[in-house]
Order: sequence, then C-alpha cells, then structure tokens
Amino acid sequence: MKTLPSTDVVIIGGGWTGLLMAKELSARSAVSIVVLERGRSRIPEYSSGMDELDYFVRMHMMQDPSREAVTLRHHDKENSLPIRQYGAFLPGSGVGGTGEHWGAVYPRLMPDCFELQSKTVERYGAAKLPEDHTMQDWPVTYDEIEPFYARSEREVGVCGKAGNLNGKKIEGGNIFEGWRSSEYPMPPTITPYFSELFRGGAKSLGYHPYNNATAVTSEEYTNPDGVSRPACAFCGFCERTPCMINAKAQPTNVLLPVVRQRKSVTLRTNATVKRIVHDSAARTGKARGVTYIDESGEEIFQPADLVVLASYTLGNTHMLLLSGIGTPYNPATGKGALGKNLTHQVSFGVQAFLPKPLNKFMGAGGTGVRISDFDADVFDHTHLPFIRGGMIGAMSVGTQPLSTFGTTPSSMKLPRWGSAWKKASIEYFDRTGVIAFSGEQIPHKGNYFDLDPRYKNPMGDPLLRMTMNWQDNERKMAEFMNAKMVEIGHAMGAKEVNPFPGYGDYDVVRYQSTHIQGGTMMAKSPDLGVVNSYQQHWEIPNLFVIGASTFPNSGSSNPTPTILALTYRTADAILDRYLKKPAPLA
Amino acid sequence: MRRRQFLILSAASIGGVLVYSLDRKASRVFAQEKSAQTLKIPLRFFTKDEAMIVAAAAARIFPSDDSGPGAKEAGVVIFIDRQLAGPWGRDRYRYAEGPFDENGAREFGYQGKATPRETYREGLKGLKDFDSLTSEQQDKKLQQIENTHLFALLRQNTIEGMFSDPVHGGNADMVGWQLVGFPGPRMSNYDEVDKHFGEAFRPKPVTLEQVLHRKVRPSEDEDTASA
Repeated sequence: MKTLPSTDVVIIGGGWTGLLMAKELSARSAVSIVVLERGRSRIPEYSSGMDELDYFVRMHMMQDPSREAVTLRHHDKENSLPIRQYGAFLPGSGVGGTGEHWGAVYPRLMPDCFELQSKTVERYGAAKLPEDHTMQDWPVTYDEIEPFYARSEREVGVCGKAGNLNGKKIEGGNIFEGWRSSEYPMPPTITPYFSELFRGGAKSLGYHPYNNATAVTSEEYTNPDGVSRPACAFCGFCERTPCMINAKAQPTNVLLPVVRQRKSVTLRTNATVKRIVHDSAARTGKARGVTYIDESGEEIFQPADLVVLASYTLGNTHMLLLSGIGTPYNPATGKGALGKNLTHQVSFGVQAFLPKPLNKFMGAGGTGVRISDFDADVFDHTHLPFIRGGMIGAMSVGTQPLSTFGTTPSSMKLPRWGSAWKKASIEYFDRTGVIAFSGEQIPHKGNYFDLDPRYKNPMGDPLLRMTMNWQDNERKMAEFMNAKMVEIGHAMGAKEVNPFPGYGDYDVVRYQSTHIQGGTMMAKSPDLGVVNSYQQHWEIPNLFVIGASTFPNSGSSNPTPTILALTYRTADAILDRYLKKPAPLA
Repeated sequence: MRRRQFLILSAASIGGVLVYSLDRKASRVFAQEKSAQTLKIPLRFFTKDEAMIVAAAAARIFPSDDSGPGAKEAGVVIFIDRQLAGPWGRDRYRYAEGPFDENGAREFGYQGKATPRETYREGLKGLKDFDSLTSEQQDKKLQQIENTHLFALLRQNTIEGMFSDPVHGGNADMVGWQLVGFPGPRMSNYDEVDKHFGEAFRPKPVTLEQVLHRKVRPSEDEDTASA
C-alpha cells in the first residue's frame, strides 16, 4: 500500500455536502483539503443528457449496482436479497453526486420535525405515539438553523414565495411553514397548466395552495460567491438528468466553479474509499486518515488530521460499519445507535384523468403547486389513527413518454398491450396528471441498517443491508391522504382518478424518492446517537459525518435544504472552534 | 463467433431512416428511394429467425392500426437488437452476484440470474414460428406467456423502441413521438409554458442530434462485445 503525504482535511465524497464543506473551509482557513470522489468527473457530457432512454431509464447518472449495491429484507425473520437494479431510490455517482440529477425541490423542514417526540406528547399525550416507534428530538432546533437555511437558499439560488416572514403570515406563500428571516432570493417559477389546475381545485376545497420552493432559476441569478446562472427554459429534462444550461442548481455549477479556484483543495476522482483508519477509545478516539482504491486499482493510504465523511446516506452508514467505528444498533436490546432510525420519505401519487391536454413536456424541476394543510401537525390528529402528515401537490417537472406511456383509467379495464390499450394510452398520454404526496415516516424499532451476511461488493466487502418496512402509521396516513387527493383530483375537473392502491411491503421497484435518512443520527448524548449536533462523531472528535444520515427522523420535505443548512453550521463550528482547539464540540 | 445475420425488410414497411452497415456507419434511406426496395439490416445480437419473432411479437404488443403506426413502422426490433448487443443486454450495470432467489417476492424486483440476452435467447425458443401464425393465434400465444419475464422485457422494450430518441434505432422518423405529440428534446419552452392552457401545443419534433448539430453516441455503442 502506498502512503501519501498527510493532508489537514480529507473529505469522502464530492457531492453537495463534500464540496460545500471544501468551499467553506478553503474560504476562511489555510488548511489543505483532499476530496475523494468514487465516481468520475462529469461535466462535459451534459449536452447529450436530453435522452430519456440513457438517462431516465438506463440511469446514466446513478450509482452502478455492479460496483455498489444494498440489500433489503422487510423484517428480521426474512432473508435479505440484493437490490439488483436501483428503483425506489436513485443514488448518484461522480462529481456532484446525487445533486446532479436531483429534482431541486427545496422546502425546509417544519419546525416541529426537530422536536417530533416532545411536541407530539405535549399535544396528544404519550399514548398517541405509534407502537415500537424510536422517535427522539434532534439536538438542534429550527430556530438555531434558520440562518443557515437562509444562507443555503442564497447560495444555491432558490425560487419561492414566503408564507411566514418573521412570524407574519403572507397569503399566496405557504402560511403553515416555519418563520423565515428573509424572502426567497427569486420569485416562484412560472406555473404550468397542470399545476394551475391543482391550485384552482385546492382553493375550491378551502385549502391554501402555494408555489413550491425550488432550486431552479426563475430569472438570471448571481449568488454571493459571484456564480451566475441563466433563467430556466422549461425544457422538461430535469429530474434524473443534469441541466444542460445550468439553470438547475447542481454542485458542479454552484460549488465547483469556486472550489476549482482554491489552490488548497485537491479533488481526486475514481477514488473509492475502503476504510476510515482510526484508533478507538471512548470520546478520545482518533481518525488517522483513509484508505482508498485509485483508478489503477492500487490501494492508497491518505493520512489526515481531520476526516469528513460526506457521501450519501447509505455510504455514510456503510463506511462506519465497515470501519468498525461506533456500536451497531441491536433492535432486540435497543443498544447501539449506528444504523438506527432508517427512514424513507413516504411518497405516492394518484392519477387524475383530465378532460384537456396538459402539454406536460414543458416543465422544470421542483416547479408546481402544493398544499401543506395536511402537513406535520398542522391539522388535528386527536380522532385520527395516525400522527403527522405531509404535502400534497401537482408538480410540472416535464414528462417524457417512456416513463409515462400506457397509463389508462382503471374503469376501462384494459389489458396492458394490444390495440385497445394503445388507443387509450395515446388518448390519455397528455391528459394524465399525478397528484403526489410527500410525507413523514416515523422511525421504527425494526427499520435499520447493518452489514449483510451473504452479499458482497467486488472489493470483497459486505453490502449494506436495509431492514425496512412500512408500519401502521404510514399505512393509515396513506389511506387518509389518498382520499383527500382523489377529492382534489375531482375538484380539478378530472373525469376519473385512479387512487393509490395502498402500501403493501416496502417495494424497491416503484420510484419513491431518493430521500433515505438516518443510520448515523445526531443526538444530545453519546448513548442516543452517533454524532452530536455539529455532526461530529461522539467517539472520534476528528471525524465529522455530514448528510441526511444524521437525521433522527424523516420530514415530509425533501432533505437537501436541511442537509446544506447543517453542513454550513458544521463548517462554521469547525472554522470558529474546532481548528482553534481540536476537541469535542458538545 | 457466429456469422453475422441480416434482417430483410421491405423498405416501404418501415418508416426507417437508420440503417447500419457492418462498420456501424449509419446510412439514411429517403422516402422516394423506399418504394419497392428491400432493406438488409445487419443484426448485432439476434439471428434472423429470432428477429422475425421479436418483430412479430412487438407488432402485437404495439400494433399498427386505426390509431396509427406501431412497432413495425418504428423499427422496434432494430432497437431491441441493439440494446441486447450493448451493455444493458449483458447486465453490465446490474448487481449480478449470487445466490439468486428466482422466487423472490415482487417487491424485490427481478432476482433471476439470466441476463436480458439470455432471457430472450432462451425464451424465444418457445415461440418458434411465431411470425407465421395469424394475428389471433399470436395474441393467444402472448396471453399464455403474459406473466413471464420474457414478456415483461418484450413489453418494456417495445415501448422503449417506440418512444426513445431515434439515435437508438427505433422510433424511426419519430413516428412514436408524432403519435403522442411529444416534441423530443426542445432546448426551450420558456415562451410557451404559460400559454396554451387547455389546448394542445404540438411543436414539430426534433431529435437530439438535430438539436445538438452533432453525432451522439448512445450507451449501447459503448461496448458491444460479441453476442
């Protein structure tokens, strides 16, 4: 094994969090930084991304399962099987990570998401908590991270309309959202027809529709680092593809232009980290650096004074398990926190068959109209068989034929091929809209990560195993929301609405969202979590773990805004405190 | 290595523009040349007999009828042949380590060992002479295999061959896109997105190569190791 000269900081992962950390640390300190990215450098190829087959279906931007897969079982008594092709969630690979092909939806978490357990008990009593839940409050509150949310919105360039400015409710914005210290940097994107129909339908039922916050540009935008991006052109090739004109915020068009100028930062691609090398000792352990496999297949040791683990949720948990850092969670005893509180945002839709063509090929990531009338604890759950909720909306992100052709009203009772199916599919191709729900999954005792005993990756390491299933709370929440969504579909003028069939077992085929959280959760004490509120490892103070793996629970909102806000907070703590005195920050 | 085989089609039957010679150079067939000619299309994976079966099956899944052209005019079989010859066909990007549990529940996705190439090659043996049956007999046969993995692939690949960018060998003359009013990759809809509410806006379709004014290398050409 070759040993390289030591660096001050090594960052594992060149996506949103890794590049943001590199940018912040290099802006305000002289530390030397090495960023190790498993995938390749990716920008020159983006102009050919408007190809639905290679990008949407063959998943050109995603992790290659032949190199890195995960396994699934629904409960402890079942044998796990590998997820041989990604489907339910789509982690990315290459510089920019999942942030290159993301959908750019940019809502903050609701304030009470950070105090899920105590706020629920406060309002309804402990008896209301779902059976076998593992909810616990975050060691950080919404009020503490509000300034970092605002900073992230200016950096990535977010469009939207505030519904709560410093406590003052504003019609037209999301009046249920947490307080904002400032208006969004850009006004909302244009509202396409389908989303406008939703606004009308939702209003007629007395709800409070608003334009969703999104990290695509509604006008030309220059961020505080001086990085400019043009206004979005609504080409409709957005989610699962990179942006051809840099209107959608991506790590490679927001952060990389700045990081590239910094002489203290070295970005190495095709560098697959194998282990974090460390000495163990409670609260005084020390990371020595990382080992990785380079492009030629050689194993390299990169010594470092500070290690930042900044890969996707799955990679963060996997790396700590493989490196033997921390105590793996044991669901039987409840001991150990590594791997605990795995959650996946609840996502499903109903299909509304509308009387007029929607021109759905025109759209942009995160563009659309939503309601939060059934989000979080906005509505009273006293007489409902579940807690919490989510957002209902009609997004217009651009629709391509491979992904959507063949949907027909179920009342027609058609086969799935042949003349009659073809005819109806053509007729409804541009008249079908999906009303979608994004909701909270309550952390559960039986949903967690560990290492798979049977399946291995090509390096000979065990795959990460997810033990995961939907629980009663999600199933009952889905049933309730389904009825509301069907009602809205009819209020929009739909001739028919195909409801969501309801949750069976957790399914890796149907796309849900790439919003998996937990595994290295933050907590107010070492016995309750893996990292502290600064995402600093409780046992190894020179190791930071950043990303949604540190979330104790899922919000209804997409995680990226909260991920970036927490990364800013961690970067500030490293710069203002840790570099001056390397020690536990909490 | 087996001898390369060809699919012979009447030029008039296919809306096709893309015909590939052995060295993978594309030649374009124009409408006025098509009348009575036949096209000799080099196959990358299928044998000629297999290609005829797949073309016939795709034409029942997505027929040419009153509601417009179908798999035949779009050249779906050419699309599928090229996909199978490429990395997708041999599971280059699938986790393909055992043990395999062929009876894994639906929620785990396809858990079989067979690659798409193997599924087609094995499965097509059970559809011998399918292309010489009547349409009714063909439909009956397809109904019998409706729950097989081969049929799932056939249906999925037929839809892909109808609506993928023509660079992949199907959707010839953009017949699929015209059928549903999809305009292909348009760089900007900025001036249109807040107009046309409630009425169909159907700009003339364009291909990716037309938009970019250069050749695009599709993923199936990335690696076409011999079948």
